[in-house]
Amino acid sequence: MSDVSLMVNGKRVSGAAEDRTLLVHFLRENLGLTGTHVGCDTSQCGACVVHVDGKAVKSCTMLAVQASGSTVLTIEGLANGADLHPVQAAFKEHHGLQCGFCTPGMIMTATDMISRHPEGLDEATVRAELDGNICRCTGYHNIVKAILAASMTMKGSKGKAKQAA
Amino acid sequence: MYAVNYHRAASVADAAKLIKTGDAKLLSGGMTLIPAMKTRLAAPSDLVDLSRITELQGVTVSGKTVTIGAATTHNAVANDEKLKKACPALSHLASLIGDPAVRHKGTIGGSIANNDPAADYPAALLALGATIVTNKREIAADKFFKGLFETSLKDGEIVTAVTFTAPAKAAYEKFRNPASRYAIVGVFVAKGKDGVSVAVTGAGDDGVFRSKEIEAVLAGNFAASALEGVKVPAKNLMTDIHASADYRANLIAVMAKRAVAAANA
Repeated sequence: MSDVSLMVNGKRVSGAAEDRTLLVHFLRENLGLTGTHVGCDTSQCGACVVHVDGKAVKSCTMLAVQASGSTVLTIEGLANGADLHPVQAAFKEHHGLQCGFCTPGMIMTATDMISRHPEGLDEATVRAELDGNICRCTGYHNIVKAILAASMTMKGSKGKAKQAA
Repeated sequence: MYAVNYHRAASVADAAKLIKTGDAKLLSGGMTLIPAMKTRLAAPSDLVDLSRITELQGVTVSGKTVTIGAATTHNAVANDEKLKKACPALSHLASLIGDPAVRHKGTIGGSIANNDPAADYPAALLALGATIVTNKREIAADKFFKGLFETSLKDGEIVTAVTFTAPAKAAYEKFRNPASRYAIVGVFVAKGKDGVSVAVTGAGDDGVFRSKEIEAVLAGNFAASALEGVKVPAKNLMTDIHASADYRANLIAVMAKRAVAAANA
């Protein structure tokens, strides 16, 4: 057992966990943050993507104790109160989800992607960078549209894209 | 996953002590080791995490000499501005590994110590004639990679960096498995002061290797057109559900042509 201390969505949290506990299970079961999903559990589908120290990672392929001391952002921490994050708003506007299972991971991957491409995104780049996220409804077309739209919005209003990293 | 004890190493010296605990394994990005532990293909008693050791981080370029710390992530290698100038082929290679989330965690040291037969970095290091630096010694790349998932690393030995001389020209071309994104065939070509070297990943029965046939042609004429009709033997190439040995042999020539064209561009 180890003590895992994290800053999750702006709140300091800590708890004891077995060293083999995956970060995604710590988030879901210890902290009750069930927005982060477990899809394939084999690092392929990206439903579990969260940001650790500002970088998108697959939380099913990282131990909670590895992340101890880090800052974690999950889908629950993205909106500013009732105001959706621009990427969330774009997914809603462009119907970037069908069943919604992959959506938290898609959105966390998208916010990371947009922050790494301040110069803007094109369709080919978005599709290539979605390599690690699988939508089993195969709704990629609208996901790509939503990410491109969010990228444009965020380029236009840098200050509003709070916690986009 | 079986129970495991986690240790976060503060330095290489600290890691060298901790690795003597039980049946310990070194953990870097964990992009291979954690999945292997989840499926119980690996069950170390202890993990020694190298990823927070600052002395293992970062890329330095001094003249033509490039040194990359073992715990430098693929993302950091892909985006390092100095490396993009010194050896853009290696930046490009790093940008093709896995997906963005994997590149944020996976490291060059972890990749080469694991020596997956379809990993990208081994091809680059072999073709660049790189040196692998450990906490004990320096090992030439052609002495380091020893077959499938095998290297010349001794128990408890820790890769600390890789270093190489930037080539005059180089490029990497990979034919990816559409599902796993691993190389079915990846070819790294480099033209430096010691001539042309061509290393192939994803295809060899015994892991990464140099293609003598392609090197012989390119030594005389470093042009894609020179490789028209070149025959790569299928002997000692892998046959699996993804591709036959004959298909891989053909792909090696095709990827080599594309790589030479890219290197000359």
